[in-house]
Amino acid sequence: MNHSPLTRRRFLARSGIATAGAAFVTVLPLLPAQATAESLAAAIKEIVGSAKLNAGRVTLDIPPLVENGNTVPMKISVESPMTAKDHVKAIHVFNEKNPQPHVLNAYLGPRAGRASISAHIKLADSQKVVAIAELSDGSFWSASAEVIVTIAACTEEVT
Amino acid sequence: MSNALIRLPRSVKKGEVFEIKTLVQHPMETGYRSGTNGTIIPRDIIEEMICTYNGVEIFRMRMSSAVAANPFVSFHTVATESGTLFFRWTGDNGFKLEETARITVA
Amino acid sequence: MRRRLGVLLLLLATQASAEIPEAERRSGYHDMGASVQAMQDDDMANPAMLWVVEGENLWKRKAGAAGKSCDDCHGEPERMVVVALRYPAFSDSANRPINLDQRINQCRTENQKAPAYAYESRELLALSALVSMQSRDQPIQPSADPRLRSFTEAGAAAFAQRQGQLNLSCAQCHDDNHGKKLGAATIPQAHPTGYPIYRLEWQSLGSLQRRLRNCLIGMRAEPYAYGAPDYVALELYLMKRAAGMSFEAPGVRP
Repeated sequence: MNHSPLTRRRFLARSGIATAGAAFVTVLPLLPAQATAESLAAAIKEIVGSAKLNAGRVTLDIPPLVENGNTVPMKISVESPMTAKDHVKAIHVFNEKNPQPHVLNAYLGPRAGRASISAHIKLADSQKVVAIAELSDGSFWSASAEVIVTIAACTEEVT
Repeated sequence: MSNALIRLPRSVKKGEVFEIKTLVQHPMETGYRSGTNGTIIPRDIIEEMICTYNGVEIFRMRMSSAVAANPFVSFHTVATESGTLFFRWTGDNGFKLEETARITVA
Repeated sequence: MRRRLGVLLLLLATQASAEIPEAERRSGYHDMGASVQAMQDDDMANPAMLWVVEGENLWKRKAGAAGKSCDDCHGEPERMVVVALRYPAFSDSANRPINLDQRINQCRTENQKAPAYAYESRELLALSALVSMQSRDQPIQPSADPRLRSFTEAGAAAFAQRQGQLNLSCAQCHDDNHGKKLGAATIPQAHPTGYPIYRLEWQSLGSLQRRLRNCLIGMRAEPYAYGAPDYVALELYLMKRAAGMSFEAPGVRP
């Protein structure tokens, strides 16, 4: 295992992160406990509208089986010259079975040089993940992948 | 207090496309988990991450509760000139974290 | 007579679990999928490094009534290259073995004259991650200190002892059935080579003690309190059982 040096920069944050101690307040969940294929379709429609969703150009790289849904590495690449006239404006990612259908939205542009992003995401259960690229010409391209999510043994919860 | 780690190449040639990797410390509490006695632990996530290159926005990401805790995010950009990359993460409960890194373009 | 025979057979069965021979020792790293392995291998994707960075800052910070930093006595963190490998170690002042977290706290209270950090606190984990990382890629070599022997034996006995509602011993899973599946998870040999780890399940860095508590909960046994000598004895035995293996802290595990 080869370990190369890091850029070790640290910046004090003026943050107001709530601590666990502040958690015990009764809050009614505003959203249904689980997203459905309908809410996934609705979330996609919000972005794509009535435009055609083309297959192709987008590569969604995600492990087909993960040992823990809390941290799933995902990489999305879109074939595009990334010029001022022809580039990826945004990449929208959705899921099928988390409590809500959105994952993330990445906004690129010609300065990106390459339409390729990675992020660690959270999946509550085995499900489909959908990545949609929005191009500068107004077209939409998508790819999807199925992920099986398993759980770890011997945790802090008695299940 | 959160830490953030950023990795970029030490120097790049003008016009070269390079990758920027980021890792930020944040619980990304989804707002769907139950704590003691069945009460919901309130949502506490990063909502937005922005990167500017000598003041020009080159990348932005909106995050939801489906982004992992202590999120890793990487993206690419074209080396235009030497200068400063500025990163800002903002989110629930007034969370704001800023970080800068220098890029040398040959 | 039959009952005594049954008990004897049961005792024999439990003693049949043996330590894994050195050549067959395998880190839990090899039981994970490629994507989690990749997370551990890349210092920029391994969330544990966020705690290491904090450790680096804490290392230089003057603390306590003595106004000393770790740096003042120890120099650069890089000088701690074999420290994590030889813990738990015997503490003269405590007159028993202590683990690395307890040693850090001993430095806090005795040398810095500062309050001890709580177990699993950010600061303690950060310093533990920083020190443990310095031993990366080094082989574990348990101490020959004779004072540790009885404690190591107590740890070995605890490892082989059935406990909890499921009446399982550590050995039954980790010596006898490693490599097989428990649900969807592969049972590892359970070596302490990667601690403290970023456990995806916790979404946080955590100590070996925290993981051992998870094991006990998994067996439906009541976990010992944090800091209990039972954990230290088990840790001592686990390090001996992992002798010769390469250290890989801070690791990532599901």
